[in-house]
Amino acid sequence: MPMNRFDRQIILKDFGQNAQLKLQKAKVLVVGAGGLGCPVLLYLAAAGIGKITVVDGDVVQESNLNRQVLFGEKDLGKNKAIAAKEIISQKYSDIEIIAVSEFITTTNIVALVQSHDLVIDGTDNFATRYLINDACVLLTKPLVFGAIYQNEGQVALFNVSDANGITTNYRDVFPNPPQENQIPNCNETGVLGLLPGLIGVMMATEAIKHIAGYGKTLINKLLIYHLLSTSFHEIAIDKHPHASSLIPKTITELETSNYGFQCAVSEEISWWEAISIYLQNEITTVFIDVREIHEQPKLSDYPTTFIPLKYLSDKIESVTAYSNIFVFCQSGVRSKQAAMELALHFPDKNIVAIRGGMNTFREKK
Amino acid sequence: MNLLAFGIIAEKIGASNFSLEDIKDTDSLKEKLLQQYPTLQELNYIVSVNCKIAHGNTVLDDLAEVALLPPFSGG
Repeated sequence: MPMNRFDRQIILKDFGQNAQLKLQKAKVLVVGAGGLGCPVLLYLAAAGIGKITVVDGDVVQESNLNRQVLFGEKDLGKNKAIAAKEIISQKYSDIEIIAVSEFITTTNIVALVQSHDLVIDGTDNFATRYLINDACVLLTKPLVFGAIYQNEGQVALFNVSDANGITTNYRDVFPNPPQENQIPNCNETGVLGLLPGLIGVMMATEAIKHIAGYGKTLINKLLIYHLLSTSFHEIAIDKHPHASSLIPKTITELETSNYGFQCAVSEEISWWEAISIYLQNEITTVFIDVREIHEQPKLSDYPTTFIPLKYLSDKIESVTAYSNIFVFCQSGVRSKQAAMELALHFPDKNIVAIRGGMNTFREKK
Repeated sequence: MNLLAFGIIAEKIGASNFSLEDIKDTDSLKEKLLQQYPTLQELNYIVSVNCKIAHGNTVLDDLAEVALLPPFSGG
C-alpha cells in the first residue's frame, strides 16, 4: 500500500489491513457528480477505493456551487465528470478515477454497471433512478440509493440479501415512478448545500461498509433524515408483491424500455450561463432558435441553428454533432417544449432551454 | 394515532407530525386524508406502520405509528 494515508482506518479495531485491501480492489460506479455525487466521490477517493468511475453529462453552473463542493468558480462550464476526475486525481495518485462525460441511458448503462462491483445513484430524476435500479437488479449489483427533497433525504442499500436471504430494491418501496412533474426538483424548490452533503456522506459510508464488510448496513431498510428537526426515521422494506413484474426480464428488454427521460429536463438557464458554457466548449456547443423565421431580433455572435418548433422532429438530426444544446425562443415557452423533445431523442446530451428567451437577451453579462 | 408526513405530503397536509383517531386500517386512512386534502390525489406515497411498509390494506390501532412517505428524486 503506498504511503500511510490509510493508517488511521487500518488501525481501527475490526477494520484493519484486510478491509483496506477490499477497498483497494473495489470498482465503484458513481452516477451523477452533483450535490450527492461530490461528497460521495471525495470520501470514496479519500478512503482508497481502487477504481472509481464517475458518469455525468451535465456542466458546472454557478447555482450548483452551494452544494457541489468538489467544484469552484474556475470549473464553471466544465463537464462535471471531467472536472471531478481532475480534482480527485490531483489529490490522490494511488487510485484510478475514470470520467464518462455523458448522461447514463439505456444504451450505455449495461456496460457501465457490469464492469463495477457496486453502484451509487446520485442522480436527480426519477427516470434515471428507475433505470439504474432495474439495471442493478438484472445484473445483481449492490446499489446505494440516496435522494433529497428540500430539507429531507432518503438512503438505502439495495440488492444485498439479509441473513434470511431476502433482497429488496427501489421498486419494493415505490413500484412505479411518479407521474412527470409530480415532485418538484431542487432547481425549482431550493436546497441547502448541507443536505446533499450529509446524505452523500451517508451513501459513501454505506458503500464503504458494504465493501469492507464493516458493521451493519441499510440492507432492506430505508433511512429518512429530516434536517429541520434533526431527526432520523428508519423503515423496514420487504418484497412488494408486484415489484419484480415491473422490472425488465432481460438486458435487451432493459435497453429497449422507455424510462420517460422527459423528467430530466425541467431546468432552464440564463443567457449569461449559456454563453459562459459556450465560451468554454465552442466546438461542441450550439444554440437553437425555435422561433418562426420572421421573428426578430436574431441572435448574433453565437453559432445558431434555426429550427422552428413545428419542424423540429424533421430536422432533429442536424444537431447530432453537438453535446451542449441551448434552445431559445421569444419568451421561453416554446423552448421548453423543444428541449423536452430533443432530450427524448438525445438522452445523453446536455440540452437546456434558455430562461425568458430573446426577451431577456439584453440582460446578459 | 400519531402520523409523520414527509416531503411533499407534509407540504400538502401542512404539518409533518399530527394525530388522527378511530381509523381502522390504512385504506380508510388514505380515504380520510384524501377527503381532507384533495390535492393528495395526484401524489404517489407509501404508508408505513410501526416502521414497516404496509403493502396491502393494514389494520391500525391508536398506538400505531404511521408514516406517509413520498419518493424523492433530488440529488
